[in-house]
Amino acid sequence: MICKNVQTLEKIEEIIQGVIVGDHRSIAKAITVIENNTVKARKMITSIFPHTGKAHIIGITGPGGSGKSTLIHQIILNYRRRDKSVGVIAVDPTSPFTGGAFLGDRIRMQPLSTDQGVFIRSMATRNYQGGIAKATKDAVKVLDAAGKDIIIVETVGAGQSEVEIIKVAQTVVVLFAPGLGDEIQAIKAGIMEIGDIFVVNKADRENANKTVVDIQAMLRLNNDERAWRPPVLQTTAITGEGVSKLIEKLEEHKSFLKEKMGQKRSREKAEAELVEAIKNKAASLIIDELKKKGKLTEYITKILEEKSDPVSIAEKMLVNEFRIQKKCQS
Amino acid sequence: MRNNRKIRVLIAKPGLDSHDRGAKIIARALRDAGMEVIYTGLRQTPEQIVETALQEDVKVIGLSILSGAHKTLFPRIIGLLNKKGLTEILVIAGGIIPEEDVPEMKKLGIKEIFGPGTPTSEIVQFVLENTS
Repeated sequence: MICKNVQTLEKIEEIIQGVIVGDHRSIAKAITVIENNTVKARKMITSIFPHTGKAHIIGITGPGGSGKSTLIHQIILNYRRRDKSVGVIAVDPTSPFTGGAFLGDRIRMQPLSTDQGVFIRSMATRNYQGGIAKATKDAVKVLDAAGKDIIIVETVGAGQSEVEIIKVAQTVVVLFAPGLGDEIQAIKAGIMEIGDIFVVNKADRENANKTVVDIQAMLRLNNDERAWRPPVLQTTAITGEGVSKLIEKLEEHKSFLKEKMGQKRSREKAEAELVEAIKNKAASLIIDELKKKGKLTEYITKILEEKSDPVSIAEKMLVNEFRIQKKCQS
Repeated sequence: MRNNRKIRVLIAKPGLDSHDRGAKIIARALRDAGMEVIYTGLRQTPEQIVETALQEDVKVIGLSILSGAHKTLFPRIIGLLNKKGLTEILVIAGGIIPEEDVPEMKKLGIKEIFGPGTPTSEIVQFVLENTS
């Protein structure tokens, strides 16, 4: 893709250089470029990619009101005491009706806003499904390239299907609050399956122990032979109680990934990203080519006139135009 | 690849107010107009507000103040914005700001001041017209 505007190109170059040295303003600008999904974003990701791969990426998910933002505040404080720099992407939902969003996660972390070792960015989902935004993955890459040691992604208040976080994070923390007994039953198929660490927050409340037991019971039903057994911890985010134990487990999981999993997780993540990229790229190449040859309208007519379903037409089109045929499976 | 630009706005409460109904109403109106609104919460220092605006890469800052400290806090906020090179951000304000202080605040670089009773649609319109 040729970028005609030399001035914006220079500006992008400046942003890239700034990101690599960890400049906060450049990081902020880079994330905006990604969110706005311009052609420039691609160039930027290509340039910063070689600088990524050093950070520990932690996802925090759980139902709304379980205390995700408050716990993240405590996690950051703890890592700062260990002299680690931290980047946060906090995702909140976009209204499907107005396209607007109220981003309030940062309120709980605001005392950290002037700490130069911490970068916090609020992000609206812009109607992307799965609990994060489309830009989240690449925004994490920006923070990684900028040298943040720990990157925390806070999902929107999640229930059953907000599981996209596993494609972004290396370690997923699933958070609950006491009094969700039956709800844990209900969400067993969703976020119960993606947690590397489970946390019952608001542990100072009644029934916290019962919630722990409920989660443990649910986890025992997973009769897989995973090498990592997800621990169930208790925290009181408002006071910070239990947070150092959580950090210990986060570190343990990080070493586990490095020592026991080798490159397995990284390979899985790379595969998922590659497959997605191929799907998008291949689809747009094929459609562009059809448009160029004026064939797209031809096939649309076929759907209507021959009363053929679009999938059969698409298969026919792939054979006719590109000689791509799916092998018969027996 | 289409450009999905959104207007990002920071609503901030500088100083020692303990009341933010107004700020929340404005935040809600701007959200309903399709903007992405970040709210800082109460009792923010000028440093916190400016660093937040920088990290969130906002186009607009809305300052809400009721304590009467605007003549102290606003110059500090504007000064820090200038120091960080964030001069392209549109700064507006609201709350309790006496009529006689308005010219001074505007001279400082606050683009508009919206007093109590301003229809939210007027504020939305102003933001839309002054961000491009």
